[in-house]
Amino acid sequence: MQGNAACAEGALAAGCRFFGGYPITPSTEIAETMARRLPKMGGVFISMEDELASIAAVIGAAWTGARAMTATSGPGFSLMMENIGYAAMTETPCVIVNVQRGGPSTGQPTRAAQGDMLQCRFGSHGDYSIIALTPNSVQEMFDLTVKAFDLADRFRVPTFLMADEIVGHMRERVTIPDAVDVTSRRPLAEGCLPFEAGNDGVPGFAPFGLGRSVHVTGLTHDERGYPDTTDPGAHDRLVRRLVAKVESARRDIADYEVTNPDAETVFVTYGPPSRTVEQVMRDRPDDSIGHLRLRVVWPFPEFALQEFGNAKVFLMPELNMGQMVREVQRHVDQPVIPLEKIGGELHTPAELVRALEAHR
Amino acid sequence: MRHEVRFSGYGGQGIILSAVILGRAAALYDDKYAVQTQVYGPEARGGASMGQVVIDDAPILYPEVADPDIYVIMSQQGFEKYGVRARPDAVMVLDADLVRSRPACRHHEVPATAEAKENLGREIVANIVMIGALVAATGIVSREAIERAVLDSVPRGTEDLNLRALKRGFELGERACNL
Amino acid sequence: MIAPDWFREDRLPHIYCTGCGNGTVLNCTLAAVEEMGWERSETAFISGIGCSSRAPGYILADSLHTTHGRALAFATGVKMAKPDLNVVVFTGDGDLAAIGGNHFIHACRRNVDMTVVCMNNQIYGMTGGQGSPTTPLGAISTTTPYGASEPAFDLAELAVAAGANYVARWTSYHVKELTRAVTTGMQTPGLAFIEVRTQCPTNYGRHNKLRSVPAMIEHLRSHAMLVEKRDRLAREGRPIPEGTFTVGELVRRNRPAMGVKQ
Repeated sequence: MQGNAACAEGALAAGCRFFGGYPITPSTEIAETMARRLPKMGGVFISMEDELASIAAVIGAAWTGARAMTATSGPGFSLMMENIGYAAMTETPCVIVNVQRGGPSTGQPTRAAQGDMLQCRFGSHGDYSIIALTPNSVQEMFDLTVKAFDLADRFRVPTFLMADEIVGHMRERVTIPDAVDVTSRRPLAEGCLPFEAGNDGVPGFAPFGLGRSVHVTGLTHDERGYPDTTDPGAHDRLVRRLVAKVESARRDIADYEVTNPDAETVFVTYGPPSRTVEQVMRDRPDDSIGHLRLRVVWPFPEFALQEFGNAKVFLMPELNMGQMVREVQRHVDQPVIPLEKIGGELHTPAELVRALEAHR
Repeated sequence: MRHEVRFSGYGGQGIILSAVILGRAAALYDDKYAVQTQVYGPEARGGASMGQVVIDDAPILYPEVADPDIYVIMSQQGFEKYGVRARPDAVMVLDADLVRSRPACRHHEVPATAEAKENLGREIVANIVMIGALVAATGIVSREAIERAVLDSVPRGTEDLNLRALKRGFELGERACNL
Repeated sequence: MIAPDWFREDRLPHIYCTGCGNGTVLNCTLAAVEEMGWERSETAFISGIGCSSRAPGYILADSLHTTHGRALAFATGVKMAKPDLNVVVFTGDGDLAAIGGNHFIHACRRNVDMTVVCMNNQIYGMTGGQGSPTTPLGAISTTTPYGASEPAFDLAELAVAAGANYVARWTSYHVKELTRAVTTGMQTPGLAFIEVRTQCPTNYGRHNKLRSVPAMIEHLRSHAMLVEKRDRLAREGRPIPEGTFTVGELVRRNRPAMGVKQ
């Protein structure tokens, strides 16, 4: 099965019943699969006029209680930034898939990149936090899409599957379970205000149509949902809570693999470059090479770096010009070496072996 | 053992589908691991089209094809773009009528398009003939597996035609090897 | 005419300026909701950004105050995901016709079953009176200090051309006709678009020799021409007075619609 199809199947398995999208290479197979499958499952597929509208429709659908998703690539992702901020501000659970391609601008529509890793974290204006997952296989296109819906609903936050052209278009064997576990949104308790958070910082959810008269606004608002745009305290409380509900759950959300924690030279990867590192480690079994492979990149699990107590250097192969290097750098004292590659091709094992020899 | 198989030809020959069928045979019916990738884009509909498969007994880590050991080439342009640098110990199956050049490595000439057009009556199944020849010449997957994968992948109503094409490919592959 | 049950009293006072027409339009729309007998639990109000778009914040029902221009795209998601909901959209001329123009024509084309009420005050009111796509040629605004030089959009005609099943235009003077039009729009499956020419005394009137609210409303009344009269004049080959605009029902039809309650 192709990665993009596996992503769509993961969404359906997780209970996604609304897809709003706009065709864009290399993500289009996700929309095509949803267009074919959703109507037969009682769901709604709608091709919107642009990506501004796609994410808007997804947020609207989410407020009726539906699990909702859109999928895009760089140019469409840029258009979505406005309403991604709205989803963060209004705590709307939704899943956004970005099958990354070479940028900036129209760039390389059919080649892979990981150039939107900072955009997904910081792309909309203002302070907020999100969750971003990075699959490295067709199986993970399924598994992490399911997980994205789970996290989106638990934390009421826009959640990103930051895929790329490689995992989107490759075909591999995938195992689809009969059923998957997805936590439901916690309902808004009787007597609670619609934006009154529990201890975890997440308010209960009251979808439209229950008579709860929820007012949802992208303006700074109080626990009732009413605009309160001039009180500095109201803004401070709201925005700090939106950030804290994700950042303080970093350990809970984290998903990573540690190989050879005693190693001195440590690769830090996410997405397809992790497979090149795994190949190198299989080809040259060597305890002095460690590997931290992230499945969740945001919120960044800085504690995972501490597991490499003997590390002397961190090497970061990324399909960009070192976007995550600074995030790693600010948590460690050792040098962090970017192994940047742009142009659309994955690092080869030989390239990483050369880097190993140069930096150890 | 890791094998890297590269298919190339021109758009419309079913090059990428061939790679998908081979990957499916390995991953679903031969209990191996496979990763299929392709060059995706406008050139797939005009110039040289390319699809490739990694097949291994162990889980595949590095998913791309770096240096294929097996080639299936169905056009001169495909040969020039994707086949001409084949390493000396590679094996190439090529459509003898559509590829003028010959590689330095071991190669088998299979008149797949002529066979499809003249004896099977449909040029469109030339890629299936090539797949049959590939399997006969290399044993990269079992004949049972490729047969099931072909049946999974072709439009309903064309199963018999495609099976005949596949079997004809087996014969042509055997013949080419015995030369 | 007033529907007190639908107001969020704890949100008052509202932000609208003295003499603003938006309250009238809000009242007429809620009167239509009452007439339809819609329940709070089956009705959602959606809006974008601008003065008009603050209206849902004063209504006691589920309400989605979204981003600038995108209200119709959000509303499409709500209505398609849950057709049982009655969806009403409040928007303004800047929100709908400038930044949201593409969503506007596509929502009309899809003919999603919802009622869209546009408070067209011919100006960006909330940001302090800049020229919008419906500012008349020659009108003074803070960004057209020498008179607007761009031709204006006719929103109702645009909705007709784009495919909405019901299109009407009235003014904040015509409260009975407006209420009836909104009700008819709510009854019509598909997208109903009701344009309301309304007064912005603060940011439009002051700059355009319409200093008093009554003067503005009188200006709207005297320049509104029933569509039937306009058609008659045209048939008779008589001139249509400069500066008039049509009011009345521009279209009521039965194109295929989406998201209609079963």
